[in-house]
Amino acid sequence: MKHESVPIYWRNIPQYYRLVAKRCKKCGTIYFPPVAKCKCGSVELEDYELPREGRLLEYTVLYQVGTDFLKQKPLVLGLVELDGGVKVSGQIVDARPERLKPGVKVEVVFRRVVVDGKHGLVMYGYKFRPVERL
Amino acid sequence: MSKLGVVSWGAYIPRYRIRTEEVSRIWGDDPLRIVDMYLVDEKSVEGIDEDAVTIAVEAARRAIRRGGIDPRRIGAVYVGTESKPYAVKPISSILIDALGLTNNVFAVDMEFACKAGSDGLVAAIGLVEAGRVEYGMTVGTDTSQGEPGEHLEYSASSGGVALIVGKDGVAAELEAMYAFVSDTPDFWRREGSPYPMHGEGFTGEPAYFRHVIGAAKGLMEKYGYKPSDFTYVVFHQPNGRFPVRAASMLNIPLDKVKPGIVVTHIGNTYNASALMGFAKVLDIAKPGDKILLVPFGSGAGSNAFVFTVTDVVKDRQKAGVPTVEEMLQDKILVDYAQYLKMRKMIKLFE
Repeated sequence: MKHESVPIYWRNIPQYYRLVAKRCKKCGTIYFPPVAKCKCGSVELEDYELPREGRLLEYTVLYQVGTDFLKQKPLVLGLVELDGGVKVSGQIVDARPERLKPGVKVEVVFRRVVVDGKHGLVMYGYKFRPVERL
Repeated sequence: MSKLGVVSWGAYIPRYRIRTEEVSRIWGDDPLRIVDMYLVDEKSVEGIDEDAVTIAVEAARRAIRRGGIDPRRIGAVYVGTESKPYAVKPISSILIDALGLTNNVFAVDMEFACKAGSDGLVAAIGLVEAGRVEYGMTVGTDTSQGEPGEHLEYSASSGGVALIVGKDGVAAELEAMYAFVSDTPDFWRREGSPYPMHGEGFTGEPAYFRHVIGAAKGLMEKYGYKPSDFTYVVFHQPNGRFPVRAASMLNIPLDKVKPGIVVTHIGNTYNASALMGFAKVLDIAKPGDKILLVPFGSGAGSNAFVFTVTDVVKDRQKAGVPTVEEMLQDKILVDYAQYLKMRKMIKLFE
């Protein structure tokens, strides 16, 4: 499978590692992934690190997945509302899919996302896991 | 001179565990004999998407959160591990971006078997004491290797501990430290080799006990401590028997050692082994308590440290960060096949 290039991964490290969003200095709107211009028209945006806890809103369990994730089946993808209201989608880990349910409190964790073969780069990023064991 | 010591601590144990009887079932050992030999009931296993880097990040984030420390005030990051995902590319630099540190940080990964994380502590103490950095961090992290079917497999496990050293907000003040090192070939792993070799019975007397006792005794003699001075004593824990016997050799009562024992529940987390026991003790320590900490690394050497707990520990304990005891109870059991998959020990096309 064609992986994200090393330069693109490197440019995205603040978002992947620490959920660094952009916040409009004028109207306060938060964007993740970051944007260059706010919907209010302002281009004055500042870095804003998103909270690391939230609640699971929705999730789906995937059995047909891309080749990078074949060894991790079933893959649980969820939509999480972080404290403060920003919604972020991501992989849900360390949980038995049959015990998940919307509303579960989750925390951001730092995990391997894609490993580029035996010799390539290990690409890290954020995922979510239930705070309490399910 | 102002106090210097551990300002904050953070620990991380992966959620997955494998029972000793499950491993012995596969390899035809008598589980009762194995448990009796090593006093390890189960061990922690990293998830399929975890490694020494992710474990280090989680432990370090918890240390920062517990101390309420602005990561931009940390001027040194050391990582002790023998489970580097890369032969060449540091974990410490990944920590800088994962934790939001500045780029003006002294950073390096260290190797001295299971002792390197504590050597990071020594280095951080030196820089803080000299006034070169405000805070220094060390992380002991491992997804320890043990050859399947070999006895190391019963204990080699995964976990990480981060300690932040500074002069502002000290929770455990450093009183003394002492080293004891020699060339002792008790355990090694050659370049490119997936699993370590060890010298069977040679790992005990000439390696673990000589160096742990040498460091602990040397420290007590040099600085005038006696066993009764310590509230808690934490040794490196390759199995459940060694630290207990080391205590007995030093005339230290078992009740001072038991609170820091974690190996029975999670196995030997290598660079996080003694530091995990230290973190567990800090989770429950009271102001005025004195802690003797003695990590050990094969090859071989020990560092001994004495810390006195301060009033600040009460705030740190109330910071809402998971305690080691809570993590010991927070577990999902896996079978041997799942364990092989999670530890990436099944040969796959990549």
